[in-house]
Amino acid sequence: MLVCRDVTELVTDFVEGRMSFWDRARFQLHLGMCRHCREYVRQMQKTRRLLGESPHEAPSSDIEAELLRRFKDWKST
Amino acid sequence: MKDSVEDDALVKRLLAGDEDAFRDLINAHHTNMVRLARSFVRNPATAEEVTQETWLQVLNGLDKFEGRSTLKSWIFSILANRARTRAVRDGRTVLFSDMSGEAGEGDPAVDPARFNAAGYWHLPPRPWDDLTPERLAASGQIGEQLTGAMDELPDAQRAVVMLRDVEGCSSEEACNVLGISETNQRVLLHRGRSRLRRLLEPLMELARDHCCREPCWYAAMSPSSSRTSWKVG
Repeated sequence: MLVCRDVTELVTDFVEGRMSFWDRARFQLHLGMCRHCREYVRQMQKTRRLLGESPHEAPSSDIEAELLRRFKDWKST
Repeated sequence: MKDSVEDDALVKRLLAGDEDAFRDLINAHHTNMVRLARSFVRNPATAEEVTQETWLQVLNGLDKFEGRSTLKSWIFSILANRARTRAVRDGRTVLFSDMSGEAGEGDPAVDPARFNAAGYWHLPPRPWDDLTPERLAASGQIGEQLTGAMDELPDAQRAVVMLRDVEGCSSEEACNVLGISETNQRVLLHRGRSRLRRLLEPLMELARDHCCREPCWYAAMSPSSSRTSWKVG
């Protein structure tokens, strides 16, 4: 029988699809009965989504200018 | 498939000397490349230098890019190799294959005090509700805090989380770039994501408290609110 602490350690195996059929069934059974663990899994997914949605930080304009200069040099060779 | 078509078009534009294409590419990846380089070489200036050298190597090797991997993972592989070589030369090694220092038994996903002796929740996670407009505004800050928190992760965890969750690489790509096993990659990803969730927790609670300052259902429920607000009908 899985306990909540196990769920918090197995959640990545679960979302990555790296569980055997029976382990997956046991995990899902626990989720079905435990709203706190459902919330925990949602929060892990949310964390992952927020990372993906974080805006791309562009390099500083100095660095961009330097790289574009090198690009032009490369182009001309 | 979609990636390879887009990559093909991008490579053609770069080879034709299209400056906008190169600008888009550096805007999309440069900062994360520096971040990855810093997992190998500690010095920020060295990480920047390694990344700039990588761009040059990418351009020089572009005509040999065969599309067997995505352009993105090809670029990150070149970067990781350069950064690793540089770290060794500087007498520093990051052991991605040896996680004992970073993710051993002593790094549980959740503070053990939040479970009872049997391992069930004693202090369960409080719900992070769907974003309300107020919270959307706050989430700009959350994005910033998250980036800051990511920079605080142990080197190997940061590298994996950055490739997987920020750059959107597959686990296979992340393993190839970093030269680690799938199991190793998954443990590092788990430790990194769990740590970031822990860091987000108080921020998400704060965002919800902020919402509750507005007159809303939660406010009516709180014991401090006037009883008159309970009049029904």
